[in-house]
Amino acid sequence: MTEQFEPTIIGFTCNWCSYRAADLAGTARLKYPPNIRLIRLMCSGRLDPSFVFKALAKGADGVMITGCHPGECHYLEQNYKALRRFLLIRRTLKGFGIEPERVKLVWASAAEGVKFASETTSFVEEIRELGPLNWGKASGNGGKPASEKEAEQLETEVAA
Amino acid sequence: MPLRHKYCYKFMCSSLGQELIEKDIKELGLTRVVVAACSPHLHENTFRTACANAGLNPYLCELVSIREQVSWVHNDKVAATTKSQAVVAGGVERVIHNESLEPLKVPIHADTLVVGGGIAGIQAALEIADAGYHVYLVEREPTIGGHMAQFDKTFPTLDCAACILTPKMVQAGSHPNITLHTWSEVENVDGYVGNFTVTVRKKARYVNTDTCTGCGICWEKCPKKVVDEVYEAGFGIRKAIYTPFPQAVPKYPVIDKENCIYFIKGTCKACEKFCPTEPNSINFEQNDEVVEIQVGNIVLATGYDLFDPERIPQYNYKKLDNVFTSLEFERMCNASGPTDGKIVLRDGKTPPKAVGIIHCVGSRDKNYNAYCSSICCMQSLKFAHLVMERTDAEVYNFYIDMRTNFKDYEEFYQRILEEGGHFVRGKVAEVTDAVRFPGEEGKLIIQAEDTLIGKQRRIPVDMVILSSAMEPRHDAQEVGKQFGIACGASGWYIERHPKLDPVATMTDGIFIAGCVQGPKDIPATVSQGAAAAARILGRIQQGEIALEPIRASVNEEQCSGCRICNDLCPFNAILFHEDKMVSEINPALCQGCGTCVAACPAGAISGTGFSNEQIMAQINGLLLLDVGDETIPA
Repeated sequence: MTEQFEPTIIGFTCNWCSYRAADLAGTARLKYPPNIRLIRLMCSGRLDPSFVFKALAKGADGVMITGCHPGECHYLEQNYKALRRFLLIRRTLKGFGIEPERVKLVWASAAEGVKFASETTSFVEEIRELGPLNWGKASGNGGKPASEKEAEQLETEVAA
Repeated sequence: MPLRHKYCYKFMCSSLGQELIEKDIKELGLTRVVVAACSPHLHENTFRTACANAGLNPYLCELVSIREQVSWVHNDKVAATTKSQAVVAGGVERVIHNESLEPLKVPIHADTLVVGGGIAGIQAALEIADAGYHVYLVEREPTIGGHMAQFDKTFPTLDCAACILTPKMVQAGSHPNITLHTWSEVENVDGYVGNFTVTVRKKARYVNTDTCTGCGICWEKCPKKVVDEVYEAGFGIRKAIYTPFPQAVPKYPVIDKENCIYFIKGTCKACEKFCPTEPNSINFEQNDEVVEIQVGNIVLATGYDLFDPERIPQYNYKKLDNVFTSLEFERMCNASGPTDGKIVLRDGKTPPKAVGIIHCVGSRDKNYNAYCSSICCMQSLKFAHLVMERTDAEVYNFYIDMRTNFKDYEEFYQRILEEGGHFVRGKVAEVTDAVRFPGEEGKLIIQAEDTLIGKQRRIPVDMVILSSAMEPRHDAQEVGKQFGIACGASGWYIERHPKLDPVATMTDGIFIAGCVQGPKDIPATVSQGAAAAARILGRIQQGEIALEPIRASVNEEQCSGCRICNDLCPFNAILFHEDKMVSEINPALCQGCGTCVAACPAGAISGTGFSNEQIMAQINGLLLLDVGDETIPA
């Protein structure tokens, strides 16, 4: 394969910490690969495991779950519930025959834009190593336009 | 649902941009709006308001971030544009499932709790009390006043700290709208904005405050001397029954149980014997009292700890007698301090002939604290002035950079230069008494590189003052947890927005003021205390506050009564009806985290604002691969 595989990653972020960390990464103009697309939840405790399976089934190659550091949850202790579900999700994936490493849990406070960017960067690398999941109808277009025609169109738009 | 209308506009958040949205909602009969712009934490409210103005329920508007999370963080423009399309698609798919919601209105209790009785807390309390609302001021020490009460002079005006602080202390102590709880600590905080229940433990003073007159005979007669680690910074002594200083507010002393001879050995009671009041004010049987108070808002103003310079071994603090911390030196300069304001060596009588002042002790040093402690330069200049004013000593300041960046500060620096202070630019390597050259005998030698002349220097002095950094309180983490707020990387509490909202926190109803938010000088602390008060007063006057209507609710038809959700809620918002065998969520207690929604095996719990349908649709949208499709905006 000559062209580098570009995974698509869905990130579930907590409104109070990691979503703000992502904002902070932006404000500070930190750089990380465009393979991740974020969904804001009020708390990592809101993460229904079926969201993760849905994302993987619909074409994501990896899922990053982010929440407040242990002991710093905005809702006191709900990130611990996210941790338990994370472990459960990993075991279930293993049962499905899917690499559990496709799901990652990251604690990032609102002040940790740098950590958010670096964890995202390394996760994209990890998923790139694992290769496409190929569970849904297709995967592995993350960050790349679907067709050549469209790529050209985009190029001209971006240039303009 | 077809996309009816889409357009690009450079400043959607401008009035004109908002008018565009309003116009289209009205003219085209739009039922949903997606704005692809900055983070929802910035302009969500703007666009929701625009929708509301046009008669559309504000919660039918979705703001997706393509700036902070796309254009600002990615270099590859093509990939970033594709990601933006996916993000917008996610928003479009999600907004279809958005429901009309009404904000929850909760009443605001008009009373306020201020934690910490330093100048920040006093200022906040006075502002609120003067406006006619009740304040509970809780302080851990026996008196309010905080660090400012320990200082001698304040820079750059050289006002006597006590002269400007004590009138405010007296005002706070006697204000009809302020209830002081000194020698007290907050034990528990329950509830939410507008309606907190706070448990305060009033530690036993062993003194009856109803009868005590504060005459001071008890502490005069107390035979037990104790090193005062708090108010005198370990530099002076107090008795086992004491008020920290003569102007203490309240005036009543406390008995320090750990050191009281009666509590240790069972005999003494000198204080009781000599107490002149009728009935006797000393009460060894007193117990801690736990009070519960209801408040609507809370100000945390718990201040800072001083960096312990023992952690920097090469400065030899506590090993060499005449190395002092900044707080010790403040006490030494203070006319009511242990040396009656005389600047002398540890022996208590010899005035120094040369004094070295070391800046940035424990700050601007990645081994300890990376941040600038912000006040130490000015404090060191103040010390230099006091030494030169009161002794004939030569003064050497060792600094990395001189930071005098507020009103009249630079002028003060110039004044010290003119008064003859010496300045060496360089970080001090060592403070030692090891003699290497003649003339150094009996001296403390400060070894530093003078970076302006590029040479190592050894300067013999008699006294060294370490300008120690401010550090977050040792228990800042635990206290923060109690109030539901978090500390940043350096340990200071995180404000809601570092520039635009430096007094609010992520937890509604909890405000921060003074050095809990970061190192700052007295004027900045006072401003922040007043700002926190202004924010709270605004809320009290509105009488109620609108909360985001993000709440969970149980569909009784679907609930199987398994009770899995019951134990998941940290706010005890879920009730179980034994008769109907179903769970119910109390919307007033629910905070909207959604944990129960995710946990319900029957899917009987739905969460407004973040429903399963919304999130599933957003996942779909984000992963729609055929971005050229008609329904997706290009």
